[in-house]
Amino acid sequence: MADRWKVLILLSPALLLIVGLFLGGLFLGLIGSLGYMPLLGREEISLDAYRKILASDRFYHSFLMTFYISFTSTIIASILAVGAALILRRHFFGRSVINFLFQINLTVPHLVGAVGILYLFSQSGFFSRLAYEFELIARPSDFPAMIYDPLAIGIILQYVWKEVPFIGMILLANMQTFGQDYEAAARSLGANRWQGFRYVLLPLLTPGLLAAALIVFAFTFGAYEIPALLGQNYPASLPVLAYQSFTDVDLNARPEALAMGMIIAVLSAVMILGYARLTRRYVRS
Amino acid sequence: MSNGTVTRQEDISHDGLSGPAWFALILLISWLVLPLIPLGIWSISRSWFFPDITPSAYSLRAWTYVFSTTSEVLPALGMTTFIALCATLLSAIIGLPAGRALGLYQFRGKAVIELLILAPTIVPGIAVALGLHVVFLNLGLAGSFSGVLIIHLIPTLPYMVLVMAGVFANYNPEIEAQARSLGAGPIQTFYYVTLPAILPGLLIGSLFTFLVSWSQYILTLLIGGGRVVTLPLLLFNFASAGRNDITGAISMIYILPGVVLLLLGARHLTGRNSATESLRQI
Repeated sequence: MADRWKVLILLSPALLLIVGLFLGGLFLGLIGSLGYMPLLGREEISLDAYRKILASDRFYHSFLMTFYISFTSTIIASILAVGAALILRRHFFGRSVINFLFQINLTVPHLVGAVGILYLFSQSGFFSRLAYEFELIARPSDFPAMIYDPLAIGIILQYVWKEVPFIGMILLANMQTFGQDYEAAARSLGANRWQGFRYVLLPLLTPGLLAAALIVFAFTFGAYEIPALLGQNYPASLPVLAYQSFTDVDLNARPEALAMGMIIAVLSAVMILGYARLTRRYVRS
Repeated sequence: MSNGTVTRQEDISHDGLSGPAWFALILLISWLVLPLIPLGIWSISRSWFFPDITPSAYSLRAWTYVFSTTSEVLPALGMTTFIALCATLLSAIIGLPAGRALGLYQFRGKAVIELLILAPTIVPGIAVALGLHVVFLNLGLAGSFSGVLIIHLIPTLPYMVLVMAGVFANYNPEIEAQARSLGAGPIQTFYYVTLPAILPGLLIGSLFTFLVSWSQYILTLLIGGGRVVTLPLLLFNFASAGRNDITGAISMIYILPGVVLLLLGARHLTGRNSATESLRQI
């Protein structure tokens, strides 16, 4: 019993802060999206904001665009990360240097990566100049648009750049905990390398990989600064659209901004529940 | 048979890399490092127009500007550092007890509490900050240093709690009881017994927490309303204004703490799930 009180006292400052700020912020966002903002003199409750955004093409295009960006970059990053982890777990000359370089952008803020991508892939960027040097293009505008483009290639490149080491490190840590006994057993029973990977290692890695992918998906779905810097104006990604509506001079756009925030939050909540299931069932056991 | 297993095991991990594997690895690593290179070059270039592959003239103009007393960069650097330091300190004070509770005790509802603490690291900050904005405005916190500091605690605190929970999970509280039985007070026990034992973990946790605050963009923009100017805000403005040389110089300063952290903590990072996962916030 004494322990119960001790635990409660130890936890309460952190819980108060998280409940107050985090859940409080989400709650205020929810009632605000329903039009209830007493501090701004609005007290009626309605689903108008949701009705309005769900009826507008602008929202649909933004939602699809954001989903497409998150989905594509998560898939590409996951595949590359599995490949990278398979190589990096081996012992080879220069491994520690390579490992350091592999991790270097884990601590580089997203925004810096976005600017780097901008300077590499814009129509006057490094690769465009290289193409000119090899006489593939005659002027900057001949270079395919990868920044502010409808396919959001620059944004996807940035996310893949940033998330491959993140997923890769989680996979490497997972591989360390399994060891190589299962694969060795499979190999001694006659499985070739591919079969060892496909039927032994990959199933073992899947829960960790899925958990990491969910985190990446949730992050990319709610990130603002990367699409704000590298994305086109229409359709803007959902967080950018939410920010624009929120800072609109027309206060009627606020509930819509909050409704978009709620949609982002609900999507990430689904990801969290999935993550919790995966980690509880497999990783921690 | 057992001999065969050993050789096969070496097959998997000890035989170095094949040609294609080396090629793929070099390609991947170059791709990971590549975006940082033009930033460094831009910071020391004077003119670098299309279609030049390398700058036609170099100068330290951008760096002189960044360190001049008239530019906004130094105050922004100070502001970013100060906010990150305060956020780290507050997170440590609030998060250390919570980490202890989660690391040392089993209790009903622990899974729910862990989920609640994990949630702010996954739910995008923009969803929370949009809702809090009106309240912050009314409390006079919007556009102020304290407002930005408080909002930064949303991503930093959970991180500190999770790291400390990991540290306390490997901690033996018996030695505290021994110190107490020998006559040490609670403060003495904490200072001479608990703190030295958890210090390495606390330092790593603090470094990461610092970096999480250091990297925030949208929370600072929304709550600071452009009046609390941190490095990422300046970086974004210079980048969208096309001042590539100054953008490059600010980027170099902005990535410095992360690279230092990596050099210091690379050992601790490798193979540690919690430490890596925290980096998703950056």
